[in-house]
Amino acid sequence: MNAREVARALGLEAVAFPHPEAEVEGGFCSDLLSRAMAEASPGEAWITYQRHLNVVAVAKLKELSMVILARGPEPEPEVAARAEEEGVNLLRSGAGMFELAGRLYTLLSRGPRNR
Amino acid sequence: MSPSTPAKRGRLLYRRTFYVPAGAIADVGAVSTQVRRILRGLGVEPEVVRRVSIICFEGETNIAIFTKGGRITLMVWEDRVELFFSDSGPGIEDLELVRRPGYSTAPDWARELGFGAGMGIPNMEKNADVFVLRSRPGKGTAIRATVWRSRDERKGSGAGTRA
Repeated sequence: MNAREVARALGLEAVAFPHPEAEVEGGFCSDLLSRAMAEASPGEAWITYQRHLNVVAVAKLKELSMVILARGPEPEPEVAARAEEEGVNLLRSGAGMFELAGRLYTLLSRGPRNR
Repeated sequence: MSPSTPAKRGRLLYRRTFYVPAGAIADVGAVSTQVRRILRGLGVEPEVVRRVSIICFEGETNIAIFTKGGRITLMVWEDRVELFFSDSGPGIEDLELVRRPGYSTAPDWARELGFGAGMGIPNMEKNADVFVLRSRPGKGTAIRATVWRSRDERKGSGAGTRA
């Protein structure tokens, strides 16, 4: 399932969406950047409450398919600009991390074979 | 302590030094993303790029949060990639403690941004094949991290050793 399909299914709002075709291969939740740095795998969607510039750097370095910003204030304009510039998909939702993780998990567990 | 500097072999293909000012937290990741771009441009193996990027990000973070500023030198050799981090203080009091996952002396402002998980140095060490950390309290810290480019010299199968 690609990032565009995930965004549609979860009702996410695009902050920066340069690569909607990116394949979403799993999910990862953490507000600790070092944990994401250590444990997130390429292609995963990262769900977090953090919404500053360093999030874009981590997503880029780890080659994540998208970052989903859980409920909270709109990120600063420079965060959106950096994500666009670095080619990082950055989306936001009014839902909390728990709900987003549950819905994404269900969505991805269905898998291409069972759809 | 890890073995000292690897024997000098292979040809040096690229060398560049980056400066990281103290407290430049918003810019953390700028050097790492640049390093990643350079390595990819040089055709360095993706697994090596991935590991070097993680090491660089954590080192860059530490310089920005904890030090009075420092620098990162990237050296790409035919057979390895090396990162050399150095700063001008304040140095690390207890070298054993900082290598222990979960230990952190990060200030509150850094923790609020999601730093200070106590995984920085452990992450660096985990992703490096050779990791040398030296510090003198009051003076500064120097770290050399080496990632081998040929598979047979690398430790583990990419994930490194797990604690």
